Amino acid sequence: MDTGNVTWVLIGAALVLFMTPGLAFFYGGMVRSKNVLNMLMMNFWCVLVVPLLWVIAGYSLAFGGTGSMLGNFSKVFGHGLDFAGMEPAVMIFLATFAAITPALISGAVADRMKFAAWAVFVPLWSLLVYVPVTYWVFAPHGWLHARGSLDFAGGTAIHVNAGIAALALILVLGKRKGWPRDGAPPHSMPLVMLGTGILWFGWFGFNAGSALAANGQAVQAFINTFLAASAGGLAWALIERFHQGHFTNLGVASGIVAGLVAITPACGYVTSMSGIAIGAIAGAVCSFAISMKFKFGFDDSLDVIGVHLVGGLVGSLLIGLFADPDGIGQTFRAGLFYGGGLRLLGEQALANGATMAYSFGVTFVLAKVLHATMGIRVSADAESEGLDQTEHAETAYNHNERTMGRSN
Amino acid sequence: MKLVTAIIKPFKLDDVKSALKAIGVEGITVTAVEGFGRQGGHSETYRGSEYQIDFIPKIKVETVVADDAVARVVDEIVEAARTNKIGDGKVWITPVEGVVRIRTGERDEDAI
Repeated sequence: MDTGNVTWVLIGAALVLFMTPGLAFFYGGMVRSKNVLNMLMMNFWCVLVVPLLWVIAGYSLAFGGTGSMLGNFSKVFGHGLDFAGMEPAVMIFLATFAAITPALISGAVADRMKFAAWAVFVPLWSLLVYVPVTYWVFAPHGWLHARGSLDFAGGTAIHVNAGIAALALILVLGKRKGWPRDGAPPHSMPLVMLGTGILWFGWFGFNAGSALAANGQAVQAFINTFLAASAGGLAWALIERFHQGHFTNLGVASGIVAGLVAITPACGYVTSMSGIAIGAIAGAVCSFAISMKFKFGFDDSLDVIGVHLVGGLVGSLLIGLFADPDGIGQTFRAGLFYGGGLRLLGEQALANGATMAYSFGVTFVLAKVLHATMGIRVSADAESEGLDQTEHAETAYNHNERTMGRSN
Repeated sequence: MKLVTAIIKPFKLDDVKSALKAIGVEGITVTAVEGFGRQGGHSETYRGSEYQIDFIPKIKVETVVADDAVARVVDEIVEAARTNKIGDGKVWITPVEGVVRIRTGERDEDAI
């Protein structure tokens, strides 16, 4: 066992775990104060149920066996892991990835989804969508992986997957009352900025940890993660300044996240200057992509599609241009700019196309089934009153302690 | 007795309080309020969506004073709260029928 590698992967797991609370604050600050606890709970729920599911069965189905489409049951209940090697550390590292992926979707359904439906949706989606797609993209025998498409830390398997699933889910869920006329401005920009900082911090574990070793590729991934986030934030902020007149905190936060999303699939395959380019391109593209929802009329509350789907696609496709095996010192297919021709770009397009088709289809059916059975949307009154009260019987910011007496 | 109510810019509260203390006003009550007037609101933009903010934060200052002190109190508030820019606020005067100090039971002008 290489103790350095195990150490880095375990630290990486803790870093990635921290991203989910970070995401909760990033999203939580952006919703109105009557819905912030619901948003936090949707995210924390993923950390409760998904890692359990992952160790019990998800990991085995996502990495066991030698099939091309899905794993097997050889490693269920934590069986068959060799604690003299890396696999147990990698298994629990990946549990944190499984947890944050459905959490990403929560931003799209903000302000109106019945919590019980979310509680059921998360584990079902993890098993039916996340696990198979992860097998295709990451397992050694998975068909997309075997064809030679590249996804270093989860651009396709996580961000594109969650982004397109968000679209399917909100098409069933419907628009918020009064959207887009009424709007819903953020209730706490400081929470958004704090969440952004936590996400950025955790993302070093996500991306550099995905080298699964403490080596040069991990360092390159770390550097790219740093640079792409900065470049993404800068690009979004500058575009906003020239279009709308101000540098906004939300623009900076959104650009940082867009840059982080886009560099996720690419970070171990591209050199530093390409990392800057990918981050900047993602920041710019996503700053325009977020207006798609108004054009097409889907209520993606916190722009999960505009940032995660679009940012993930940008980063994943740009690997087809920027992948540089000589620059990294590893063996993988080179991109167009480094003598690999168009083959890699084609594989990236196929991998994302297949992921989007499968994820959209299964998520749409899952949402329809939940809608028809338990219902996925809160009542109109609950939506007006706020989900913190109606779904959780709690208040985020309690300004009336003096009038609160115990009733039991 | 009169109730003097003033709506002022929040950053002028300290000046108003000091001015009133200096002329012997024994107490004021302050509330954070929001409202709109001639000043109008402002707009904020979040991810390209523009929001018009019509209600502007102001401070409401209230104090009950004896009839013969009213003119001076109002003048001091106006002087202290004025910036000569739009949105400085207003002061108005309302008759008060009676006042009781809870601790001692003193009434009316003895209680203010």
